[in-house]
Amino acid sequence: MDTRMPAYTKADPPDGYSAPGFFATTLDKVIGLARKNSIWPLPFATSCCGIEFMATMGAHYDLGRFGAERLSFSPRQADLLMVMGTIAKKMAPVIQQVYIQMAEPRWVLAVGACASSGGIFDTYSVLQGIDRVVPVDVYVPGCPPRPEQIIDGFMKVQELVANESLRRRYSEEYKEMLKGYGILK
Amino acid sequence: MENSFIIDKLYKAFGQDILKMDTSSDILAFTVACPVIHEVICFLKENENMNFNFLTDLCGIHYPDRGLPLGVVYHLHNMAENKRLRIKTFVTLNDPNIPTVTDLFSSANWMERETYDFYGIVFTGHPNLKRILNVEYMDFFPMRKEYPLEDPTREDKDDRYFGR
Amino acid sequence: MIATLEDKQYTTLNLGPTHPATHGIFQNVLTLDGEQIIDAEQTIGYIHRAFEKIAEHRPFYQITPLTDRLNYCSSPINNIGWHMTVEKLLGVKTSKRVDYMRIILMELARITDHLVCNSVIGVDSGALTGFIYVFQEREKVYEIYEEVSGARLTTNMGRIGGFERDLSPKAVKKIREFLDHLPKVLHEFEKLLMRNRIFMDRTIGVGPISGERALNYGFTGPNLRAAGVDYDVRVMTPYSSYDDFEFTIPVGTQGDTYDRFCVRQQEIWESVKLVRNALENLPEGNFHVDVPQFFLPPKEEVYSKMEALIWHFKIVMGEIEVPVGEVYHSVEGGNGELGFYLVSDGGRTPYRLHFRRPGFIYYQAYPEMIRGGVLSDAILTMSSMNVIAGELDA
Repeated sequence: MDTRMPAYTKADPPDGYSAPGFFATTLDKVIGLARKNSIWPLPFATSCCGIEFMATMGAHYDLGRFGAERLSFSPRQADLLMVMGTIAKKMAPVIQQVYIQMAEPRWVLAVGACASSGGIFDTYSVLQGIDRVVPVDVYVPGCPPRPEQIIDGFMKVQELVANESLRRRYSEEYKEMLKGYGILK
Repeated sequence: MENSFIIDKLYKAFGQDILKMDTSSDILAFTVACPVIHEVICFLKENENMNFNFLTDLCGIHYPDRGLPLGVVYHLHNMAENKRLRIKTFVTLNDPNIPTVTDLFSSANWMERETYDFYGIVFTGHPNLKRILNVEYMDFFPMRKEYPLEDPTREDKDDRYFGR
Repeated sequence: MIATLEDKQYTTLNLGPTHPATHGIFQNVLTLDGEQIIDAEQTIGYIHRAFEKIAEHRPFYQITPLTDRLNYCSSPINNIGWHMTVEKLLGVKTSKRVDYMRIILMELARITDHLVCNSVIGVDSGALTGFIYVFQEREKVYEIYEEVSGARLTTNMGRIGGFERDLSPKAVKKIREFLDHLPKVLHEFEKLLMRNRIFMDRTIGVGPISGERALNYGFTGPNLRAAGVDYDVRVMTPYSSYDDFEFTIPVGTQGDTYDRFCVRQQEIWESVKLVRNALENLPEGNFHVDVPQFFLPPKEEVYSKMEALIWHFKIVMGEIEVPVGEVYHSVEGGNGELGFYLVSDGGRTPYRLHFRRPGFIYYQAYPEMIRGGVLSDAILTMSSMNVIAGELDA
């Protein structure tokens, strides 16, 4: 893949009926389309993967092409929590707190082996994967993953975002899942 | 600065309290009795012939089989003469108290806290001796040899595959 | 939150552990009088990964990947420093070619480390442009790493006794291209910031420390040199044939943020010179020395020769014999004296391995450096100290 080429020149229209002068589709899909191309990521960069994320945001790889130009350092306005790097047990409550502060709908991308599973650090002090404290949507393997992999993971998140039903976040299953993590009381 | 000069000076000043000397490794090393460790380092730092003005490193070590299992290793550096020195001192598990050197070197502050965190060595007189890297409610000293490396909360590991 | 200290009322501000301005994960609790900093207290350990404990459970060659993750902005220095420590324990002397190749890679690593730090100082003082410029150059160094070791960031560069393969012609070509192009970008970067009135006003006199206090706090590397002490491990205790080369150690006077910036910037120029010299004078010879207990034999031999197969098995299983003893070896890392204190009891793993992480030691001086300053200066001071969380918490 030549990463210098823009991946999208314009957003692909969702499925629907079109004829001269009109285009009909479901609201889900329109909102999905809008959300997908304007994800505000919260970079939760703790270690090595964070440096690769800096490269991903840099001019060479440029995550901004995917509508993620605007990094939201405040969890309140963020859509996507990108956890990059080792999360120690001391950090685990913090990451859960950040997740709680994010507004729905919210997605989580675990970048790198450490965030996904603890990686090579199977030790007393390291959380063995962030999915023990927050629900994760997409895992990106690698130690650290290359920027291309991070972009690939990001595009997987975009796919999820585009196809998510508007009712999902109100469903009982979703609430049960959050309760399982202790996020919803 | 010759090794023999340092050895002379140190033995003259502390004689009895220097338990061991090691000239075979890369850096001249002394093992001194715990109660005088502060005086020894103060002497090395402030005596104008010695002038070891830089504390390169301070770390703990644990030898479970020895009579004095817990130790602290200091690496001192005389930058003007470019001479390094290694000082060790050992204590028992029941009384792991070692005088602090934070009054001599500000850099010792966190290094001593780290050593306390890892080995449970108490530096008497330290201004703020509490855990630094691990969570404060941790109830063991992880770098001691008897504690395992691996995370005990993992369920996905089958001991049979690890030869246990 | 209002905290009372003596009879005055102060504000307590919690900076971190996740904060856009903290590069890395650590917490600073600042006590403020208006915008003036009265006191600060740091909490660290948010990515404590127990390197030292892991090192006691891994064979020597498996510790290299751990060192990658200490200061991940300059992994090759850490890798090679660790290899040299083991070589010191074994009493192995490397060939000139190995030494020069090491110098090339270590200096490239120093360049990237300083580029990141300096460009981030720019970002924190409101100049994002320089960051975008120099990150392009950093990508080129990563491509060189890839050519040499196969990885971009956590390089696992080299082996105990040398390198796993020689510098390929393509790698040499890439290094030359990089050396030709970097000066242009560096000049541009310096023009953007170094004599920029806003940048100077933001950095001169900010977060100063005297040479004496810096020594007392265990500063090493660019931060110590900015305070006026010309201590550099490369010169003081030359390793890896650094004494074959001539280079200048830039020294500052004030020990403030601007000096730290300038010292790093000047060191990049020196590193460029060093890489160029080492590349021009790269001697012929083998790219590794004969340490059969650590250097994997070539695959063809493993399949055809008994002895090679035995060594291969022994190395992979970590069943090799090492001498009993203890060594301390230090290299000039991106941030200062990176030391490895290794105690070996002759077993397959180190008995004790302690990393002297420069970042961990000098970060404790932070409250003293920012006291009396204003809040925005505290951020700049932190980024100019270049505290790398992986190194800080080990």
